[in-house]
Amino acid sequence: MNWKTFFALLARDRHVVRRNLIPMLLQNLLQPLLFTFVFGRVMTASGMMPAAYKSMLLPGVMAISMVLAGVQAVAMPLITEFQFTREIEDRLLAPIEIGWLAVEKIVAGMIQAMFAGLVVIPAAWLLMGSGVHLDFGRPFEFLAVALLVALFSSSGGLALGCSVGQTQIGLMFSLVLAPMMMFGCAYYPWSALESFPVLHIAVLVNPLVYASEGLRGALVPNVPHMNTLVVIGALAVIDAGLLVLGLRKFRQKAVS
Amino acid sequence: MGIGIRIENLRKVFDTPPPMAAGGAGFSFAPVRKGPKKKTELVALDGVSFEIRAGEIFGLLGPNGAGKSTTIGILTTRTRPTSGRVFIGEFDVWQQQVEAKRLIGVVPQRPNLDFALTAREILTFHGAYFGQSSKVREQHADRLLEQFKLTDRATHMVRTFSGGMMQRLSIARAMMHDPEVLFLDEPSAGLDPQTRLLLWEIIREYNRQGKTIVLTTHYMDEADALCERLAIIDHGKIIAEGTPQGLKAAIPGGYIIRLRFNRVDAELTSELSAIGGVTQVRVLDETGADVYADRGGQLIGPIVNAAQDAGFEVHDVHISEPSLENLFLHHTGRSLRD
Repeated sequence: MNWKTFFALLARDRHVVRRNLIPMLLQNLLQPLLFTFVFGRVMTASGMMPAAYKSMLLPGVMAISMVLAGVQAVAMPLITEFQFTREIEDRLLAPIEIGWLAVEKIVAGMIQAMFAGLVVIPAAWLLMGSGVHLDFGRPFEFLAVALLVALFSSSGGLALGCSVGQTQIGLMFSLVLAPMMMFGCAYYPWSALESFPVLHIAVLVNPLVYASEGLRGALVPNVPHMNTLVVIGALAVIDAGLLVLGLRKFRQKAVS
Repeated sequence: MGIGIRIENLRKVFDTPPPMAAGGAGFSFAPVRKGPKKKTELVALDGVSFEIRAGEIFGLLGPNGAGKSTTIGILTTRTRPTSGRVFIGEFDVWQQQVEAKRLIGVVPQRPNLDFALTAREILTFHGAYFGQSSKVREQHADRLLEQFKLTDRATHMVRTFSGGMMQRLSIARAMMHDPEVLFLDEPSAGLDPQTRLLLWEIIREYNRQGKTIVLTTHYMDEADALCERLAIIDHGKIIAEGTPQGLKAAIPGGYIIRLRFNRVDAELTSELSAIGGVTQVRVLDETGADVYADRGGQLIGPIVNAAQDAGFEVHDVHISEPSLENLFLHHTGRSLRD
């Protein structure tokens, strides 16, 4: 394994991200944070939502931000770089097995997803005012879930980025990401779907459900949430599947 | 030392449209039954074998879609061969990719620069991928930017560059890690004549350091001026291989002597046809005729004498050496530009 090349590839991505930091943060965080403000502040202050909603909402918003950040950090550049211009070729020709380039993309995406998730905590806290009660008593559980969510988002980004063409980016958002966010139990706990039995089961194919529920379990354990072991198990299986799929798609795209 | 290349019985069949690098027309369409559905397959390379010697400038010459870019793609790990093997030095390119990649620099047909970076960063990051220390890569980048006349645009994002500048930067990037073998796929496409000459000089200079150069072109003059040896490829097959001179000499009557007289008639043409070495005389108009012959300069004396003896006056003589254009025509019955 050629670590020098691997870190040089990572340094290139860091350099590019740093150059586009502000637009990237706006792209990934503005929407969830606006939602946080409207539902966590406006609706609760006006009494239309109970104050406890704030604590329930924050882990969900964090999950959404992480997933958006990871997917976009990996998928969007890949879609561009695999297009007509084949910008990625210079890196494919670097002296490293090409699978490692995909791994590098995943690591870069995970770092960005973790960053986005961690930024959400203070930002949402500030936006929602008093009444958010987070419990940091389970740091390892939190870290494990957060890492699995980050891996899910960036390996999902890899699989998407290698399957979707430039003309289908809009479709990717409206067909994949939007339903995933709405039915991801980010804005409501999974138990809230009990009165919709079909939906209650159907949403279990959505990885964001485990992300939201897992972070909820780690940060606000008093809110009803899924068993953390189930969450970790499900995320691990999803991560492994997406990783294998993403790597295979990447190889297919990389070599004609 | 220098690194040679060996290509053994290479075959490539695309079952989806070929990559854009492989160009368009000229493939042979071979519909093959595969499963219940009929599938159209494109045979891009059909049993190609040849060797490129260490330290030579080797040209792959052929029309669009002949299989040049596919060959380069396979040699540079970007296109997987359907069957056959390729070696760069001692490394089997598809078994020992990383080792092979260390030895090669690649200039693709279309610039594939990293649009998220500046010109300078493209070079320095490329150096970093190959493990160069920051000092070395700064030095190399400065030297190459200077050599390719890009110093004043070094800090600009490459998306603002003109086509020629991108092409120059692609070549600079390929040389950044000082590869033993440099692949250039249609290097002078889209370059102005002046830049083209600059490029030729840079290629020759790089070759003088003992590096192997492999280039593809469909320009006869480029192949002629630059390459020590050539392979002519058409429809995925090598149809001729050798030095430019050797290849040209292989065509019977490869010289064309273009003549101007005060007048031309049947008597003159029969006089000229009778000269030893002349294969054909073709009348162009009232004063012009082309003599096809197996020799050039040596025939001028006899031609002038024969014309004078018959009462004709020679006004102008132009000898065209056997050209690769003629050679391609000779082998395929088609012009290169068809």
